[in-house]
Amino acid sequence: MKNAITRRSLLGRISAVVAGVVAAPVAKAAKTVTQKLLVSADAPKGYDPTKHEWVMALDANRCIGCGLCAEACKRENHVPEGPYFRTWVERYIITKPKAGSGAARGETLVDSPNGGINGYPEASVPKEEIQHSFFVPKLCNLCKRSPCTQACPVGATFDAPDGAVLIDPTYCIGCGFCIQACPYGCRFLSPVTKTAEKCTLCYHRITRGLKPACVEVCPTQARIFGDLKNAKPDEPILQFYQNNLVEALKPHLGTEPRVFYAGIDKEVR
Amino acid sequence: MTNEITNIVQVVMPHFEGYVYPNEATQQPLWGILIVLYPYITGLVAGAFIMASLVRVFNVKALEPVYRLSMLTAFAFLLCAPLPLLFHLGHPERCYEVMMTPHLTSPMAIFGFVYAWYLMAVLLLELWFDYRRDFVDWSERTPGFQGLLYRLFTVGVTDVSDAAVRLDHKTGHILSIVGIPSAFLLHGYVGFIFGSIKANPWWGNVLMPIIFIMSAMVSGIALCVFNYLVLTWIRRKTVDMKCLDVMGMFLFYALVLDTAIEGLDWVHRIYSAEEGFRVIQYMAREKLFYTLSLGQVTFGTLVPLILLGLLQLVRRRVPELQRRRMYFTSASLILTGVLAMRWNVVIGGQLFSKSLRGVMGYKMEFAGMEGWFMGAVLLCLPFVILTVMVKLFLSERLPSR
Repeated sequence: MKNAITRRSLLGRISAVVAGVVAAPVAKAAKTVTQKLLVSADAPKGYDPTKHEWVMALDANRCIGCGLCAEACKRENHVPEGPYFRTWVERYIITKPKAGSGAARGETLVDSPNGGINGYPEASVPKEEIQHSFFVPKLCNLCKRSPCTQACPVGATFDAPDGAVLIDPTYCIGCGFCIQACPYGCRFLSPVTKTAEKCTLCYHRITRGLKPACVEVCPTQARIFGDLKNAKPDEPILQFYQNNLVEALKPHLGTEPRVFYAGIDKEVR
Repeated sequence: MTNEITNIVQVVMPHFEGYVYPNEATQQPLWGILIVLYPYITGLVAGAFIMASLVRVFNVKALEPVYRLSMLTAFAFLLCAPLPLLFHLGHPERCYEVMMTPHLTSPMAIFGFVYAWYLMAVLLLELWFDYRRDFVDWSERTPGFQGLLYRLFTVGVTDVSDAAVRLDHKTGHILSIVGIPSAFLLHGYVGFIFGSIKANPWWGNVLMPIIFIMSAMVSGIALCVFNYLVLTWIRRKTVDMKCLDVMGMFLFYALVLDTAIEGLDWVHRIYSAEEGFRVIQYMAREKLFYTLSLGQVTFGTLVPLILLGLLQLVRRRVPELQRRRMYFTSASLILTGVLAMRWNVVIGGQLFSKSLRGVMGYKMEFAGMEGWFMGAVLLCLPFVILTVMVKLFLSERLPSR
């Protein structure tokens, strides 16, 4: 009876197994936490994410729908051709109501062919019947309570301390749950990398003191980018908040977007 | 120059009406048939287990003949449950990360643990305790490879004294009691994966886990009825009508509850008519007419409800053969109806834009990972495994005690 299983030996073995099972995830979880704090992504050495608070604001009054931003983004970030966009521009056409209909406004027509990169076709309604027409640039809403981050099963997507919502492509398992969870349609599963992708605010650029590609090319300064922690009072981002009443998209979902819009209509969502 | 090249690239957009976000204008929905099968198979597991628990925990003696079949059904389907999930991943080789570094706020992350708990701690153990004495017995009396297999399954525990067998029963009973909330957790969790998506008005719903649990019970019991009838037919045995009637009764009551809850869900949606209601209404009327109105509601729910309800009222006046046929028809219809329900949830939830301004079209392909063929293979696989298990553990040729 040398090998008899006693209560003590059994308990010993069980504890060893439990310790092993617990230790492995803890070790890995510790790695993840460190990774999140240091923000590996594309930042240069010495960049301290805790000292910045990046944000973008959009002034729809200024947007002319040239689509340069969407194209610049595709090129800068090697976004695959096809229905994959980190940013795009929507065209809204709100028609006049039919005479005597008793309505305040007519239909709302929205389109964004190829993200607005190649421009827009002639409006399907004659000019005289249009009540309002405007363009709305879209991108990651940089939610304070981002549902995509909440949903990711492995923690591959995370809120960086500087406000960017990033994805670790070496960690993403490509389940698509974050894409389903994003209410704004800002994520896609890349057919090339088979991982989720989204706007990173051009993290590789902003951590080196440059502006995101879309902001850089915008000819009308409809996209305003800044660092709230280091902005001087006369900087465009603070001026934007000062001079405009702002709106966030789908506020009822409680995601608390950090991207604000000026000059958009209730129809925008 | 590059500019021109970019501009002439013509992207073939799939058919859609109204406006959909550019990232949504893909040929296929992000989650296809694989994710339809995942909750379907998991639901069958949970339902079959609850069916088995009726014998073990609630002491429904009439169901004794289907106890082991139900347990084996649950086991065979549970082994296949994670396969569709695994296959649909962009990086299946990283799947272990879900267990190693789970992100605790994610419903999907916790599923790995719930699954492992259910497979390892509940189903596998309960089956083993139930079969242990037989394994010892069979290992001694079956020659060749099969005998060796049974010996392996005993994992060296060959004590068949009364005390040991009593302990087996007691442990099995406890495991069964633990198993019921675990089965609810397993499938409720699957419901929560969808119900937690507030971005999608079709999914984000507090009733979702309950709807999933109820439909799981219905489909699981229907599967047991189906398997039992098919098995007795293959073996040319007589059906234990008392057992079948009791199964039919439980199936009926589960279906009534399920219909009530799903009805409540629709009443709530229609009455509150929130932001996404118009697009949901359009989906139900147009895009999902065949799978929702016909597949799920008419043939998957109403017809079986009438058939099973009739049998509750006038059972004694219906001849046995007719009864068997009615049970078989109801079970098959329910199994198809619940599959249609999973389709409506998973695919339906992705056929409209989150801008709530447009709907997408979807035509399932035949080949490929998300095609008909793969779906059929994954749906047949648990039945193949179950056949092997029935041969090994429910064979009539096995020596009886």
